[in-house]
Amino acid sequence: MSGAILILGATSAIARGAAAAWAQRGYRLYLAGRDVESLRRDAADLTIRYGVAVHFGAFDAAAHDSHAAFLQRVTEEMGELEGVLLAFGYLGSQARAAADFRETLIIINRNFVDAVSILNLCADQLEQRGRGFIAGIASVAGDRGRQSNYTYGAAKGAFALYLQGLRNRLFPAGVRVLTIKPGFVDTAMTFGMPGLFLVAAPQDVGARIVTAVERGRDVIYVPWFWRYIMLIITCIPERLFKRLKL
Amino acid sequence: MNTLPKDISGWGRYPVQRCELVRPERHAELWSEAPSLLARGQGRSYGDAALNAGGRVVLTERVNRFLAFDRDKGIVRAEAGVTLAELLALTVPRGWFPLVTPGTRHVSLGGCVAADVHGKNHHHDGAFGTSVRELELITAGGRRLRCSAQENVEAFRATVGGMGLSGIIGEVELQLRPIESAYIRARHQGAANLEQLFALLQDSDHDARYSVAWVDLMSRGAALGRGVVMNGDHAAADELSGGRRLTPLRLVPHKAHNIPFAMPGWLLNRFSIRAFNSRYFRREGGRDAPFLVDYDTFFYPLDTLDNWNRLYGRRGFVQYQCVVPTATALAALQQLLQRLATSGHPAFLGVLKRMGAQGTGYLSFPMAGYTLAMDLPMQGATTLALLDSFDEVVLQHGGRVYLAKDARLAPASLRAMYPQLAEWQRVRRELDPQGVFSSSLSRRLRMEEEA
Ligand SMILES: Cc1cc2nc3c(=O)[nH]c(=O)nc-3n(C[C@H](O)[C@H](O)[C@H](O)COP(=O)(O)OP(=O)(O)OC[C@H]3O[C@@H](n4cnc5c(N)ncnc54)[C@H](O)[C@@H]3O)c2cc1C
Repeated sequence: MSGAILILGATSAIARGAAAAWAQRGYRLYLAGRDVESLRRDAADLTIRYGVAVHFGAFDAAAHDSHAAFLQRVTEEMGELEGVLLAFGYLGSQARAAADFRETLIIINRNFVDAVSILNLCADQLEQRGRGFIAGIASVAGDRGRQSNYTYGAAKGAFALYLQGLRNRLFPAGVRVLTIKPGFVDTAMTFGMPGLFLVAAPQDVGARIVTAVERGRDVIYVPWFWRYIMLIITCIPERLFKRLKL
Repeated sequence: MNTLPKDISGWGRYPVQRCELVRPERHAELWSEAPSLLARGQGRSYGDAALNAGGRVVLTERVNRFLAFDRDKGIVRAEAGVTLAELLALTVPRGWFPLVTPGTRHVSLGGCVAADVHGKNHHHDGAFGTSVRELELITAGGRRLRCSAQENVEAFRATVGGMGLSGIIGEVELQLRPIESAYIRARHQGAANLEQLFALLQDSDHDARYSVAWVDLMSRGAALGRGVVMNGDHAAADELSGGRRLTPLRLVPHKAHNIPFAMPGWLLNRFSIRAFNSRYFRREGGRDAPFLVDYDTFFYPLDTLDNWNRLYGRRGFVQYQCVVPTATALAALQQLLQRLATSGHPAFLGVLKRMGAQGTGYLSFPMAGYTLAMDLPMQGATTLALLDSFDEVVLQHGGRVYLAKDARLAPASLRAMYPQLAEWQRVRRELDPQGVFSSSLSRRLRMEEEA
């Protein structure tokens, strides 16, 4: 259990939940994100509660040119990585995205392009090492395009497809890739949204991610019943689906 | 930040009011621009102290990081949303206990400061504020102010016991007490009436660190105010036996049961309460020989039942907690119990404690004397009238009502009960000239207005 785990987008509620579950198991952590002051607080909290070494540092997902140097620095500080959790993302607003292409670009970049940029580098490192894992947070929104959030859904769907390919590529090297598809989780993103039901606590979702990594799972839905909700939704024939207000 | 309009209440489930909730995930987001703001912790205050009808309520539950823990000196610093349950889980295994704890561990550090809560050891150690080394206060406009008994003293005294009206408490630094074990050496003594109960609470031969009495509120006549005094002290490691002795600071966690929804309102009536009380009195009153009990059971007996406030049904309940000065405390509390008995109003869970000197804050509740708390199912006008008549007795004896439990006090009574209100108002006006921080309680009691 000497391995270190890199968490990208570490201040998100789900990332915090997963970080707590890993710290409890004794893993060392590197928390990365934009808000360094928040990372400092999260790192102190994890160290105090669980007695593990937690490092942190600034990471700008949009600055693709900086990614290689960033990963280099993390590896120098922490030693070889056991795994990576990619937890950053951006919901944005579909209405704004439809009216303003800049919003569309941010949604696509943050949820797909930025993620691919950093995970490509992580994949190379883990592949050379011949073990470890990559876990990425996609979304149930990526399983089927709906008028309410198809730009986000498209970007997350593309990310899920990317992870699928990565899983295929890294399998022979013994590196596991986990795709996480959260349904409704009680985070800043969903707080106050009307019409939510069966909302999961981010700590529980975090703990599920950690056990799914341990068990070498490929794709998980959290909470689990979203697999069946999405199964039904993806089975609706397009001729019918296009008439629905979803 | 997303906002959520929602009907919420305090622990007594009365009153219920529509507030605009926000829930910051990080310390930096605690402050947000709004015409009316109030911080809320775990909502364990009973009435409308943590409500802000029509205004914004800042939920602090996700702002709960530990920032520093000095294991040698027993000093911990944390964000205000950290709960006592989280604190205990961290510090007890390392031999440290909060200097002051209320009767539930499901409270936030911010809430403990804002109400300047007291424990069973108030007569020895004072209220929560005495264990606070430093606070970070986020004042109107988002300015951050460090305050303590040495620095920005006035802001400190307006915040400790200040019911969230001086600003948002962002961080709290606490001094803890060293302990050798997670166990308490306890002793129970039955008392046939209020006089005997008082005698036992005063008995300096049995002057334990922790002391509290359960009062049978349904007893009448010669047995008026009968009860059980419960004393306790932290047990030393060598007092434990068997496996406990090997790991004296470890506890097997208790599993809590849940009350899933509001029970029918008639469940807690005079007859069911009377039957319960008689059994409880016979069982607990007879455990005179010292016995060992884990700290959870001793301090937090109610925490074994999640959502127990639902026992009172839809209309909820009110807790009446007052303190009266030592000199005439016995007479005053006898009068209160007499009024309760004559009214025939059901009342569950009476708790009597001795209190030490006045606390840190201008509006701190404790004063040297005796405090009685009673839970009454809310029955509308009859309940409110009975409590108003209690206020008369308390005012007559120079006592006061606890704001963290209040839902119905009158503005004039507040002024008579809290002599340092004017000082508090002055400091508050300096900190928050626009009056951004406000609560349903502060508006009901016109806390900002002079006279
Ligand atoms: C079973 C039970 C037993 C209890 N026993 C005792 C006892 O023995 N002694 C005692 O004194 N009390 C006792 N209480 C009352 C309880 O300790 C207090 O009401 C405490 O303030 C609740 O903390 P909270 O986090 O739930 O705060 P809330 O109820 O959410 O808020 C209480 C007040 O604190 C303010 N506040 C909360 N957080 C902040 C913050 N970060 N910054 C500024 N203001 C803030 C709110 O605005 C409000 O005015 C008991 C309550 C229960 C339910």
